[in-house]
Order: sequence, then structure tokens, then C-alpha cells
Amino acid sequence: MLTICGWEASVLKQAIENLGNRTIEGVWRIGYATRFVLAILLHSGTAFRRFGLTIREIYFSGVLSLIIILVSGLFVGMVLGLQGYETLQTYGSESALGVLVAMSLVRELGPVVAALLFASRAGSAITAEIGLMKATEQLSAMEMMAVDPMARVVAPRFWAGVISMPLLAALFSAMGILGGYLVGVQLIGVDEGSFWSQMQSAVDFEQDILNGVIKSVVFGIAITAIALFEGYDAPPTAEGVSGATTRTVVMSSLAVLALDFVLTAFMFRGLN
Amino acid sequence: MNKTVLDLWVGLFVIAGIAALLFLTLKVGSMNTVNVSNSYEVVARFENIGGLKPRAPVKSAGVVVGRVTDVKFDNELYEAAVTLRLDKRYAFPKDTTAAIMTSGLLGEQYIGLEAGGDSVKLKDKDQIVLTQDAVVLENLIGHFLYGKAQEGAPQ
Repeated sequence: MLTICGWEASVLKQAIENLGNRTIEGVWRIGYATRFVLAILLHSGTAFRRFGLTIREIYFSGVLSLIIILVSGLFVGMVLGLQGYETLQTYGSESALGVLVAMSLVRELGPVVAALLFASRAGSAITAEIGLMKATEQLSAMEMMAVDPMARVVAPRFWAGVISMPLLAALFSAMGILGGYLVGVQLIGVDEGSFWSQMQSAVDFEQDILNGVIKSVVFGIAITAIALFEGYDAPPTAEGVSGATTRTVVMSSLAVLALDFVLTAFMFRGLN
Repeated sequence: MNKTVLDLWVGLFVIAGIAALLFLTLKVGSMNTVNVSNSYEVVARFENIGGLKPRAPVKSAGVVVGRVTDVKFDNELYEAAVTLRLDKRYAFPKDTTAAIMTSGLLGEQYIGLEAGGDSVKLKDKDQIVLTQDAVVLENLIGHFLYGKAQEGAPQ
């Protein structure tokens, strides 16, 4: 009886210890991540003084994401056009198709879907690159040569992501509206004039377009900060880097969706 | 620092992004928000505003001349106080009528202004005295039924 009790107690003790360890580990990581983001901001000077570094990173995270962003934007817009038409025609208001496509793209789908694609296309690449640089001790080698890896490697990637994200989201929305136009007007035959004019009278520059851009900037900050931190914090092993890459995609996707809810609640509550 | 092919691609990317933003701004959206410096505010009181909301358009002869900026309940007169922000380019006489109308059968509600004959124009912070409430469908049907019932009564 006593031994069974002892065995149970030790299992219980182990479980509680694990829980405590994980909690402390989590809090530790949050604090470290905060310090990491502050360090990026402090070392941003180099990213702007030697703008060539940032341009190189814009090429890798922005320009190379263009294809996936443009193609998915086009298809998302085309699907919106088809589905929106199906629903709207039952109420005899097909002419509101332009409003539906433009509003949903500019306010929500453009920033959010572009951010999710950006997280999986560019965020994972950033994590893998920095994690591997750490595993192969390139970062330590830089420190040995008195080159600060925060300024030389991390900060340019951060600013490249923050600059690329709103441009990608705008391109996504524009392509989507084009896709909706192709399906709605060219394929199904919704009146072209009412498609554009109703869209123009419903979409407001400040309330809709500017808020969409603000959203995408916030998503850009969140995704690149998470990707950089996961890479920088990855255990210097093959499994460590692969785990960090997975965590980047999962964490930044969740962060984008949660932030989107918060931002939407702030921006669009009480409007309609 | 040398120019590289990379710079060209990034330049193209940035130009495409800005072009997309311009497309969204000019072709998709419009500067609907009435500029604060080029506008004036008037208040109109209604007994019932129906489904009127802030940001609803203010139209005169079908042309948008301003927007509803605020809808409040006046607890002394038990009426709705609606603040309208009108474009400075359009001046209206003091005895202008403000009516709440609906565009189409199920469309959005807006405020229609009908100019009167007064030579004095509305100024900032003025009040529109002549107003016409929103049409409430339930009341309308109620009146109709009441009228029908009375038609049949004498027989």
C-alpha cells in the first residue's frame, strides 16, 4: 500500500514539476522575445544606413512571394465573385457584387490571407535561415569579427518584412478585385457600371483602405518578429531548426488571426 | 555600392505595390469622408430616425452634399438629435427641410435636404427646424388597416 502510494506520489510530483517547468520556460521565452524585439528596434540604424542589406531581404521575402500572392489573390477574388453572385442573385441585388468583393478583400481577406501566405512562404524561410546560421556558428563567427549579428542579419530582415507586407496585401486585394471583376462582369454578366460605381460609393478611403493597410503593417511586424525570434532562439540542431520552422508558421498564423480579431473590433465596431 | 539586378526587382515590386494601393484608392474607394476644414455642422431633430446611422449620406436633389456624423438621444425633448456635416461649397436656406428617406425598398437610409425660400443661409452649429421622420413600416400598415376598417364601418 505504502509503495503504491509512493509510486503515485512520485508520478504526481513529476507531473507538477513538468507543469511548473513549462510555465517558467514560457514566461522566460516571452521576456526574452520582448528583449529581442527591443534589441531589433535599437539596432535598426544599420538597416537604414546600409539600405542595400534591407533591399536584399525585400527581394527574398517580398519579391519572391509575389507569384503565390498574386495567383492566390486572383483565385480568391474569382471564388468570391462566383459565391457572392449565387447568394446575391436570390435577393435580386447582383449589382452589389462589386461592394461584396471589394469590402471583404480590402477589409479582411487581403491583409489576413496575404499575411498567412507570407508567414508560410517568407516567415518559415527566415527562421530556417537564421536557425541554420546559428547551428553552423555563423552568428558567433560574426560576433568574433566584431560584426553585430543583430544589426547585420536580424534588423534588415525585420524591416524588409515590415515594408513588404503592406505592399503584398495591397497587391493581393487588387488582384482579388480584378478576379471578382473577371468572373462577375466578364463571365456572368453583371452590369459593369453598377459593379464599379456601387463599389466606389461603398468603399471609403480612410475607413476601409487605410485600416486595411494598418492591419497589414501590424501583421508584417508580428510575423517577422516571431520568425526572427524563433530562428534566433532555435536549438542548434537539425531537429531544433525544423521544430522552430514549424513553430514559426503555427505561431504567426495564430497571431495574425488573433490580432485581426482585435484590430477589427477596434476599427469597425460601431460603423455599421 | 554597385547597382544590382536585385535593386531592379525590388524597385519593380515597390512600384507594383504602390500602383495597387493607388488602384484601390482611386478605382475601388473614394474620398467619401467630408473634409473637416471645408465643412460646417448643423443639427436636425427628429421624433423617429428609423435605421439612420452615423456615416449615412446627406443628399439634396440626389447629390451627396455631406454625411451624418453623430446620432444622439436628447433626454430633455425626447427626440433624436442628428448632427450633419455639410460641404462648405453648398449653402442652404434657413428653412430647409430635412427628411429621412430610404434608397430603394430595402436600401440604406439617408437624409434628404429640400431647400426652402429663405434668403438667410444656414451657418455652422445652426439647427434645421423643419424635419420629417423616417417612415416606419409597422405604423404605415397600422394606419392602412385602421383606414380600411373605418371604410367598412358605416354599412
